[in-house]
Amino acid sequence: MNPFLAIVRRDVRLAFRQGTDTLMTLAFFVIAVVLFPLGVGPEPNVLARIGGGVVWVAALLASMLALERLFQTDYEDGGLELLALAPMPLQIVVLAKVLAHWLATGLPLAVAAPVLGLLMNTPPDVFPVLVAALLLGTPTLSLIGAIGAGLILGARRGGVLLALLVLPLFIPVLVFGVSAVEMAAQGLSPKASLLILGAMALAALALGPWAAAAAVRQALE
Amino acid sequence: MSLFTGHDLTCIRGERRVFAGLRFALDPGGALLLQGANGSGKTSLLRLMAGLGRPAEGRIRWHDVDIADDCETHNARLHFVGHGDTVKPALSARENIAFWTDLRGGGDVEGALSAFGLGPLAAVPGRFLSAGQRRRVNLARLAAAPAALWLLDEPATALDSDSVARLRDAIARHRAGGGSVALSSHGGLDIPDAVPLDLTDFAEAAA
Amino acid sequence: MKRLDWFANPARFLRLARAVQPWATGIALTAAAAGLYLGLFASPPDYQQGESVRIMYVHVPAAWMALFCYTALAVASAVALIWKHPLADLAARATAPVGAAFTFLALLTGSLWGKPMWGTWWVWDARLTSVLVLLFLYLGYIALNGAFDDPARGAKASAVLALVGFVNVPIVKFSVDWWNTLHQPASVLRAGGPAIHESMFAPLLLMALAFKAYFVWVLLIRIRAEIAAGKIRAARLRASGDAAP
Repeated sequence: MNPFLAIVRRDVRLAFRQGTDTLMTLAFFVIAVVLFPLGVGPEPNVLARIGGGVVWVAALLASMLALERLFQTDYEDGGLELLALAPMPLQIVVLAKVLAHWLATGLPLAVAAPVLGLLMNTPPDVFPVLVAALLLGTPTLSLIGAIGAGLILGARRGGVLLALLVLPLFIPVLVFGVSAVEMAAQGLSPKASLLILGAMALAALALGPWAAAAAVRQALE
Repeated sequence: MSLFTGHDLTCIRGERRVFAGLRFALDPGGALLLQGANGSGKTSLLRLMAGLGRPAEGRIRWHDVDIADDCETHNARLHFVGHGDTVKPALSARENIAFWTDLRGGGDVEGALSAFGLGPLAAVPGRFLSAGQRRRVNLARLAAAPAALWLLDEPATALDSDSVARLRDAIARHRAGGGSVALSSHGGLDIPDAVPLDLTDFAEAAA
Repeated sequence: MKRLDWFANPARFLRLARAVQPWATGIALTAAAAGLYLGLFASPPDYQQGESVRIMYVHVPAAWMALFCYTALAVASAVALIWKHPLADLAARATAPVGAAFTFLALLTGSLWGKPMWGTWWVWDARLTSVLVLLFLYLGYIALNGAFDDPARGAKASAVLALVGFVNVPIVKFSVDWWNTLHQPASVLRAGGPAIHESMFAPLLLMALAFKAYFVWVLLIRIRAEIAAGKIRAARLRASGDAAP
């Protein structure tokens, strides 16, 4: 089997077999969104107004959950050394792990988003744009997050540290993700925001694995 | 000229100089037995040999080519066994070995299972394996895919005498086929005509 | 090898530091005194903004320093990663808290200025948000740098972070040009020369000089302290014989 696919298949299999990553991410996503109608009051117009932003913020925080363990378990059981010693560039290994992380967390988040949109009274004709924005934005989150996940290997209190490191870098994705949804809700074309999300995904694809590989390498030296 | 050589190697961990001026040479079919007290740098040296990190000074060469100049080729020719057991609790013994073998382009997983007596355990998830069984799963990937160089850091840890014998046989087969091995071991694993390398000789009175 | 030798014999750097430090101190104090006098007393109030324009003489140089320090941090990190020069590690580590302080000062004075001018302490426009992100990047750098038991690990990890975070610097600089913001665009560092009267320009430049000299001054003190700390660690290791790494 192709080594790249072998890594993707193993990590996805681990995520589903342990059951925690995908389920916990989705459960957190739902609970975080449900808190908002209870917190700001169930006024339908208010919910519809903030719905896109709430779903995005919750998705962003949920995608952080499994990120800490992206390299951590491999680092602890010695597998990360073997992955770094695989006969392929470390960037490709990182990319395979990021893809598996996205398949296990980002993709389910995007698919589940319309259900939460209903809870937030978001107009259903905005759902396609919401899902499209999440599909374009969450890979960027996984790619940027991988850099942070590599940097915290072996650090004290890695989870909190990871949030401090990557959440500021997630802000551009949040801004343009929400703006795409708002545009669509106002009946305007979300094309510009979606294109920027796509451009950020491509930039993250070009630079993220490289930086994450550097982060992992310094952790192994 | 030997196959795998190191010259004037200096290793620094943190801000401490572990060893300096170290040299080694390894031939096809040869075995290098690293000796020395705790903290003398056996693990550090094996990691340098694997290319996980660069020596602060000196060169490690394979056929006169610095391993740092062509990491992927070097990776493809070596097997590394470190302190971690690299066994995923959610994957069966066979899946664990198959993954590491796929990563190197495939190999004989079933043969490796039987070489380390893991046949009956093949379908058992890693979380139910004992420390010694996990170590055997970790070692079995050596037998699954061929590699010219084995770097083994305390490979006999947690193994019972039967498994130590299997490991010795695996190393003997590997060497008979022209493979080289460098290993550290605190007894229990006697390798015939292994060249000893005592790292305490290269330790400095703390730099 | 390099790292140890350098710690064992940092004499060259220390000689330079001792020579430069009094100059930096003197320039910082003199320029600050002159700049504050000109800015607070001698310069005229703005025809639109009145007396509150005087916040500019702290706010603008602090904002410049916020970007300058992050750029210095990124350059030092790159040098540390590529050439593994230990002085670069120390310089980066010493720069971060100073840069964070300047960034905080810029946000604080900006907020104080915004209340009378815009009628609000804070707006979520591109400039303010990106400077806030800059502050978070500084804090992340400091946290990551100190999160490892082995200081060398912390230095390397945070150096990678500093380089990744550098993408934010052009965003901060050009945010006022790329987006419509409440924040006014650059009036000094712009094509076609500064759009500012010289009675205001002089104290602004003096304050910028004072901040820069202050940065050098504090940086030298911090690096010397780091070198001393390194020597103490080395001495402890020697004393403890073959302590574990």
